[in-house]
Amino acid sequence: MNKAKINDFVIRFANVNGTGSASANALFMKSIFRMGIPVTPKNIFPSNIQGLPTWYEVRVSEKGYLGRREGIDFMVCVNPQSMSEDVESVRKGGYFLYDNSKPLHEQYIREDINYIGIPLMELSNNAFTDPRLRQLFKNIIYVGALSAFLDIEFDVLVSMLGEQFKGKEKLIEPNIKALKLGVDYVHKNFEYPLDIRVERRDAVGEKIMLDGNTACALGAIYGGATVAAWYPITPSTSVVDAFTKYAKTLRVDKETGKNNFAIVQAEDELAAIGMVIGANWNGARSFTATSGPGVSLMNEFLGLAYFAEIPTVLINVQRTGPSTGMPTRTQQSDILEAAYASHGDTKHILLFPASPDECFEMTAESFDLAEQFQTPVILMTDLDLGMNDHVSDPLKWDDKRQYDHGKVLSAEELDKLENYGRYQDTDGDGVPYRTIPGTHETKGAFVTRGTSRNEQAVYTEDGDAYKRNVDRLIKKWNTVKTRVPEPEFFQEKNESKNGVLFFGTSAYAAEEAIELIEAEGLELDAMRVKAFPFGRSFEDFIDSHEKVFVIEQNRDAQFRSLMLIELGTNPEKLISVLNYDGTPITADNILNQIKSGLEE
Amino acid sequence: MSYVRSTFRHPNLPRNDLGFTVDYYEGSLSTLCAGCGHDSITASIAQACFELNIEPHKVAKLSGIGCSSKTPAYFLSNSHGFNSVHGRMPSIATGANLANRDLIYLGISGDGDTASIGMGQFVHVIRRNLNMVYIVMNNGCYGLTKGQDSATADVGSKNKSGNINIYETIDLASLAIELGATFVGQSFSGDKDQLTPLIKAAMNHPGFAFLNIISPCVTFNNNAGSTKSYDYVREHIEATATVDFVPIRKEIKTEYEKGTIQVIKMHDGSEMRLNKLAEDWDPSDKFSAINAMQNAKSRDEILTGLLYMNPECDDLHELLETNEKPLNSLSKADLCPGAEVLKEINESFG
Repeated sequence: MNKAKINDFVIRFANVNGTGSASANALFMKSIFRMGIPVTPKNIFPSNIQGLPTWYEVRVSEKGYLGRREGIDFMVCVNPQSMSEDVESVRKGGYFLYDNSKPLHEQYIREDINYIGIPLMELSNNAFTDPRLRQLFKNIIYVGALSAFLDIEFDVLVSMLGEQFKGKEKLIEPNIKALKLGVDYVHKNFEYPLDIRVERRDAVGEKIMLDGNTACALGAIYGGATVAAWYPITPSTSVVDAFTKYAKTLRVDKETGKNNFAIVQAEDELAAIGMVIGANWNGARSFTATSGPGVSLMNEFLGLAYFAEIPTVLINVQRTGPSTGMPTRTQQSDILEAAYASHGDTKHILLFPASPDECFEMTAESFDLAEQFQTPVILMTDLDLGMNDHVSDPLKWDDKRQYDHGKVLSAEELDKLENYGRYQDTDGDGVPYRTIPGTHETKGAFVTRGTSRNEQAVYTEDGDAYKRNVDRLIKKWNTVKTRVPEPEFFQEKNESKNGVLFFGTSAYAAEEAIELIEAEGLELDAMRVKAFPFGRSFEDFIDSHEKVFVIEQNRDAQFRSLMLIELGTNPEKLISVLNYDGTPITADNILNQIKSGLEE
Repeated sequence: MSYVRSTFRHPNLPRNDLGFTVDYYEGSLSTLCAGCGHDSITASIAQACFELNIEPHKVAKLSGIGCSSKTPAYFLSNSHGFNSVHGRMPSIATGANLANRDLIYLGISGDGDTASIGMGQFVHVIRRNLNMVYIVMNNGCYGLTKGQDSATADVGSKNKSGNINIYETIDLASLAIELGATFVGQSFSGDKDQLTPLIKAAMNHPGFAFLNIISPCVTFNNNAGSTKSYDYVREHIEATATVDFVPIRKEIKTEYEKGTIQVIKMHDGSEMRLNKLAEDWDPSDKFSAINAMQNAKSRDEILTGLLYMNPECDDLHELLETNEKPLNSLSKADLCPGAEVLKEINESFG
């Protein structure tokens, strides 16, 4: 027997997709969160609607480690298709719960794990008549059984069912009945609770639990976005779904009942980004959400927005590429494509949120940045952050905060101007003044174009005028460096010999790995990057260390390449820590790669 | 190329109700080939805006890429323009229109920009009934890349290099009607009398107004054997009707020659008066419009004029139920739910 693992274990559910397991598994996960214990769920699902294997993994960690951890302590296997690998994945001494309505085949028997057979199908069939409900309640029965094994408070489950079925109270009773079937079966047939179990704590505090896509959608609502144009693509679809849901309640004009928003499902990603650019050109805050294949299609328009200087907000929920890749698995592999999207000399602002509260904050901020600098801002989240629930600080909004529309001239300001040139660097920061169509009868109109132009926005093929313009864009880029979010540093001063940097969802596992490294007596300074372009403090960090480990979730070390291109860093100094199998990176993996890097 | 434009203006040029002369509606000097049909169309657009007493800054001009897409620089210099990317003008127009429903949106495209690379966006902007005028300056060829056939070239038409088009043509006007466009007309750049009132009516239409305007390419597709040459088109056009657009509260002076006069009431009380020349054609009936076009085609004729219109239609804003106040004019107070509401939202994630 293992040492008792209270509030510290990983449980995995192996289900068939389309069988209603998602809501049962979420009920299980949330009940532990409600008992004050941090949890991290990961949905590992196929690009399919019904019939293929799907897994749901929950890490329970009183210490608040929210990254994935390797090794399964408890496997709930209700999918015969994946049973072979599911049995293999259980840690020595762990538990394997299966439906013993049919006997378990000999090939699945291991000597070193504990088997728990519960006749889930039989219990459900005996208690319910409707075939669909029999299927659904099989899942609720195992949640009931788990509550007995793991000591989950039954009242918590009951109150959550009450919330879930508010307005459909008829459904509460049969759900409770199913839970009890599971509990009773365990009480009659097994010893309980197990050594692996939960105990109520107060380790969650004010924290909330939500997915990054919902947080991005709320950021767009709070950030003042009025036009959303999009094309469905996993894993970004739920951004606009959530935007639609909240807009319908929070953005309806009280007097007229009319919408203070417009959402268009476009014919493709090209049209989606075109609409976003058209709306922003005309003075409305607008955004789209997509994933890698969509960004590929949007390249041409991103180049236009960069060169013609039009604010644009794009939420890129990255998935595993290249091409169609693994559409339902995670990766951070669009770094270079996003940073330099489009032909010609282009560069784009990237933001790297690492948590739902940061998704909210950075989406709202991206509208300010896009307008201040009249250029695309690409929010780089990923499937793990976007679609999985995460324990997060509450979303924050300061009512004093104003929308910063940047340099937009009003009719009165135009009247006072002798000469207006759309692409003139009046203030010496590389950021010109723009005008919105319809502002003034005779002043400030010009033709926006993707062709080269002079300061007055008049078409020209004069090489000097072209060069003046693109050099000004670099000046603007240098101004951007001073305004994008600063990195987060994990030490007062950069004093260790070596450093580690990471961004986005690698942060969860990276922070845990750093603790593990320090526990082994090794020292590392750490930096979490929040934006591209890189500012002064980023460069200082690189300069102050002999070796810098760069943690990222792609094969080609794209972030490292970005540093080599932009900063000319000595390549030998930058050691990659990579993960690209489509699952979120784990602390153990980071630890091992850093240790071997330190030995070299 | 006409390098110099005379600055001389007749001192007594007529003024419209806003006190502007027609030259106020012009733009910068055209860089298209001398005699290009597109320049005649831009002149008609300026004339239509002048006659409709439009304030130029209330118009947004949008285009894609190609000779036609350059033209927004050549009219309405006090309007904002957006010369975007190839085939993507409809999406720019859609976003712009959603941001501010109070402007007039004038999209200029070509046959390459619409019928090939931009077909997807063209089809979908029609479905959404975006309130805009969409003009295709149709010359059957790619002018800027020196005369390759476009998808609107007729089968058997010969271009300047002697190639004969072997592929079926795309008839944009019929397609637009099929797809549910609520105003469809066809015209010829050489027929200003027909074109100007047609543009005026299109600008007054409360939904998607499509005008397919045959506009010969003098440099690459004006040769014998081409079905988009000036000579060929002049000899083969046949009008559905003579059109007169009568703005609201304006005295009607036009005299009509023959046929029956049909009056179409526009949504704001203005009128479109048609002196019908085509038989068995009713502009409010899609099928009769498509039939009339097919009949003309079978006689090797190109049917011009108003083809179809439905003035009682809901545009995209009505379909989406957006605020009457333009979205780009809303302030933080209208848009941001505030910290108190966020507290409740946070609680829902507890």
